[in-house]
Amino acid sequence: MKTRTLLLAGLLLAPLPAYAQEAPTPEDQERWAYVRETLFPGRKAEPAGDRLALEAPNRAADASIVPIAVTAKDDPADPVTKLHLFIDDNPVPRALSATLGPAAARPALETRVRVNEYTWVHAVAETKAGRLLETGRFVKASGGCSAPALKDPAEAAARLGRMKLNLPADFRPGEPVKAQILVSHPNNSGLQFDQVSRTYIPAHYVDKVLVRYNGQEVATVEADISLSEDPSLHFAFTPEPTGTLEVEVTDSKGASFKQSWPVAARGS
Amino acid sequence: MPRLALTLLLLLLLPGPAWAVEPLPVTEVAPGVFVHRGVHEESGPANGGDIANIGFVVGRDAVAVVDSGGTPGIARRLLAAVRAKTDRPVRYVINTHMHPDHVLGNGALAGEGVTFAGHANLPAALSARFETYVSRAKDHLGEAPVLVLPTLLVKDRAEIDLGGRVLDLAAHPTAHTNNDLTVLDRQTGTLWAGDLLFRERHPSLDGSVKGWLALLDRLVTVQATQVIPGHGPVAEWPEAVEPLRAYLAQVVGEVRALQKEGVGIAHAVPRVAVEAKTRWELWETYHPQLVTAAYAELEWE
Repeated sequence: MKTRTLLLAGLLLAPLPAYAQEAPTPEDQERWAYVRETLFPGRKAEPAGDRLALEAPNRAADASIVPIAVTAKDDPADPVTKLHLFIDDNPVPRALSATLGPAAARPALETRVRVNEYTWVHAVAETKAGRLLETGRFVKASGGCSAPALKDPAEAAARLGRMKLNLPADFRPGEPVKAQILVSHPNNSGLQFDQVSRTYIPAHYVDKVLVRYNGQEVATVEADISLSEDPSLHFAFTPEPTGTLEVEVTDSKGASFKQSWPVAARGS
Repeated sequence: MPRLALTLLLLLLLPGPAWAVEPLPVTEVAPGVFVHRGVHEESGPANGGDIANIGFVVGRDAVAVVDSGGTPGIARRLLAAVRAKTDRPVRYVINTHMHPDHVLGNGALAGEGVTFAGHANLPAALSARFETYVSRAKDHLGEAPVLVLPTLLVKDRAEIDLGGRVLDLAAHPTAHTNNDLTVLDRQTGTLWAGDLLFRERHPSLDGSVKGWLALLDRLVTVQATQVIPGHGPVAEWPEAVEPLRAYLAQVVGEVRALQKEGVGIAHAVPRVAVEAKTRWELWETYHPQLVTAAYAELEWE
């Protein structure tokens, strides 16, 4: 007993390996193989190496808002056509699949996800030739206060469907620019069990986002319940001197929201 | 005889029978107002989840407990502390907000004649998170907490009379959470602020930073002389608010500036209010959480 206490004390005193990336355990590998197989049945994936970068915090600062960025290095001989993001241990692991359109400036995407528990996060890039390139990172959830539930359900309901476009202050025609689309939506997972009513809070989430620039598709995103409340998507397009960015969002209850913004490149 | 042995064995196996419970250390910060201080650590096996300030107020006829603590075991120890100070019965358990370190002890205090009070938003907020809270606290809970939700629900204001001693309960708009409730003991001018006030320990944000700032500006007008924060030492009112108010205002100001520059959420975190690091305990965990949550909120301006 005493030895155990000492051992415990020793463990507590040891520096936290919070910033070390861990190797996947056999269970982690098995889980990922299973998750991958559900979306890409019978297909082989290869380690992406430097063709695919996945940025995610080692430790989720707020488990309901975990920023993740996926950037593929493009290869004109075999371009990346789709990007997929998975949170392996979430109840519905696939967070999103993005099909890149002709107006996408580069195969890159950023979003924010909910992380239910310590989990591996994986990105897969699909190429025109049908190759699957994969990479992964381990993310720790942290801060018991930030359970992946809505901070203010009343506020979320009040601004359902509102959208916001964020662009840098200055950008030039012909040069790729990174834009952010925010969609106000509770993105209820349908997996929160309400202990009072003994029922699950119904799922209500954004399931599709279509982004067009001057009539051409930038990306079509199929999303699922892992995306954070008020889904955020960053993507790159190449602005012309003037143009219009259009976003069309549909949710799991069949509601759709549309908005467009005039985009005028500045600078010279 | 074997039956007696069996009974004794069963008694030994029972979790913490009342006579064996060690009272939680409490300090009488004003006549009849007792506070137990939680430690500035993450909940875990080393501290048994004892991280929040909890306590009780003793009236002529009855006792009100303010927050039940992070585990059923802590709640039982609090009850033992009540018993050590008074023979008046516990008639009320007030929940200042839904967070697990303040309410997972509820089940251990439930019983006939005990009314649970809380913000009108608390039942929905806690029941949606309860499973997550319990699963995250598994390593130090000891026993599974029973979910007990307030039935005395406060939308705006309510009074609790303990016999010659009235507590003013005030429900607030979304700030630290969407179900913050403060308790004012009129008789001694003592304000239980719950987690609307963090001292020493880094604040966490599970509601609205703008709402929190706006609320603090109004809260300072409450007629009290001292405040019991959700975390940190008891202090003079309203001066004790200033470090938190200034810090939240700084975070908001700096996040807004970075958003104007187009700095993304992940890159904003290590740049906001960094020099305040030495002023707050558990910075490493909660500063990224606060800035991330504030960023997502302020983005909609």
